[in-house]
Amino acid sequence: MNIGDIDIKRSWPALTGIGVIIAVMISAFAWASGLLQNRVTSASFLKDTEHGFPAGYRRVHGKGMCFDGVFRSSGAAERYSTARVFAQSKTNAIGRFSTGDFNPHIPDNATNSVGMAMMLVADNGQQWRMKMSNDPYFPTRDAPGFLEMQKAIAPDPVTGKPDPQSMAAFLGRYPEANKYMKADAQKQWTGSFAGTSFYAVHAYFLVDKDGRRQAVRWWFRPHAKFTAWDAKDRAKASHNALYKDLARRLTKAPLLWDMVLQFAASSDPVDDPSQPWPENRRQVVAGTLEVQRVFDQTDGVCRDINFDPTRIPVGMVLSNDPVLATRAGIYAHSYNARLREIGYGKATTAVGKKAAQ
Amino acid sequence: MNANTSGTEVLLKSGTGLPERFNILARLLHWSMALAILAMLFIGVGMMTSLTWRPWLLDLHQPLGIAILLLAFVRLLNRLRNGAPALPNDIPRWQALAASASHWVLYAFMIFLPLLGWGMRSAGGWPLTMIPGVTLPGIVPVDPFWYALLRDAHGLLAWLLFAVVLMHLAAALIHAWVRRDAVFSTMTFTKR
Repeated sequence: MNIGDIDIKRSWPALTGIGVIIAVMISAFAWASGLLQNRVTSASFLKDTEHGFPAGYRRVHGKGMCFDGVFRSSGAAERYSTARVFAQSKTNAIGRFSTGDFNPHIPDNATNSVGMAMMLVADNGQQWRMKMSNDPYFPTRDAPGFLEMQKAIAPDPVTGKPDPQSMAAFLGRYPEANKYMKADAQKQWTGSFAGTSFYAVHAYFLVDKDGRRQAVRWWFRPHAKFTAWDAKDRAKASHNALYKDLARRLTKAPLLWDMVLQFAASSDPVDDPSQPWPENRRQVVAGTLEVQRVFDQTDGVCRDINFDPTRIPVGMVLSNDPVLATRAGIYAHSYNARLREIGYGKATTAVGKKAAQ
Repeated sequence: MNANTSGTEVLLKSGTGLPERFNILARLLHWSMALAILAMLFIGVGMMTSLTWRPWLLDLHQPLGIAILLLAFVRLLNRLRNGAPALPNDIPRWQALAASASHWVLYAFMIFLPLLGWGMRSAGGWPLTMIPGVTLPGIVPVDPFWYALLRDAHGLLAWLLFAVVLMHLAAALIHAWVRRDAVFSTMTFTKR
């Protein structure tokens, strides 16, 4: 039998071999691109956030406000890192305060999770993108653990409470989450962004001019006093109470945070975001962030920025913290999805337009 | 049965002034870029799914893409100056046309895919980083529309390139193992 000028009877072993090679390559590509749907990929984390919210918003931490300001280096970190930000006296900062939920229209009294993101652009053009949260550490040692936790704490449709069995199974696999969940249950609600500490959670290495590395975590320590938000006040609070408070404070004076670097001891785990280091570790104040103005996120300076915390300047190196790396993928998916909506004109309220009637 | 199964009856158009093989530069570039491009395709889809490798893959994707872009220009110039060996006379006309067209399509991919990648990073406000501290300037204004368009084009073209690469590979192997003509060896280093 012939197809064209190829004699199938004689050539079938060669043709089979070629077919197998092509099939293996297609399968490998399908696996690598996640088409097989057989594993947790960075795209898995945003699957459940495709809900009815308007186009153009961030898929996580959807509600927020842009800010601008300056970071003033103290000079104290310069000997540990060649990052230009630590050497130059003043660096422009663009950032975003956010609420830790998918919903871009969630009331401020609905969650006790808030965030701060920021990008510093040094005068050599190098960018330092960062993302912080008001939790000092991550619940689980890796990102799939976070997905499991979300499933385990989801209320059972019948009882309205998390299923004790799946919770026990989750805690069996991720015992470190006990610590987070206990702390979260007792965590005081913050009554103002201004008095909130924001933690980078993941470890990074500072690299000095001789190439020596020092593992650090940083957090932003507010100059304003922490004010707890009790249940009675929360119940009475307006929809945007925290953001109104932020804007009101900024009409009077800029808001300040010290950037505190916590230095790991050689025995401290660097790659596990669920293990905070002891509080008595050495701390260095690298500088002070001065937040000067806030803007509506719909047309603010931060809207089209992806605060991917793995994009750091020369003078710093990423740790092998797996959650840090996973963030980069998740943020990229959120960014691509919403910039497509914004870029192609599908976004309405997310870019300050009224929705079509 | 084909007339050229013995492999001795090499059906190159002798006397046409065309070379019997691609020159050594073309062959070196072909195989090194084949490896690089295949790696790039897997790095590209891998960094959109990997839980732990994305930062590292992204840091690799950018300089490798620019390297392919530069090498593609060298290769194109070499091809335009030195031409390509002729196909055997018994190749059907449509196959010869398809072969020629797919080669030029591959050149276009090698040049436009890196440019689209560079463009989308520019439009997103990301410096294109070769090695830490060494970045290339933007080639497109920072703008969500340009980002969305170039990002979509970059992804779509990458999948098309993978399809063209597979077709190219299948055709090359059919020449080598089924037709057993002299086409595959125009790109190899072995003596014949």
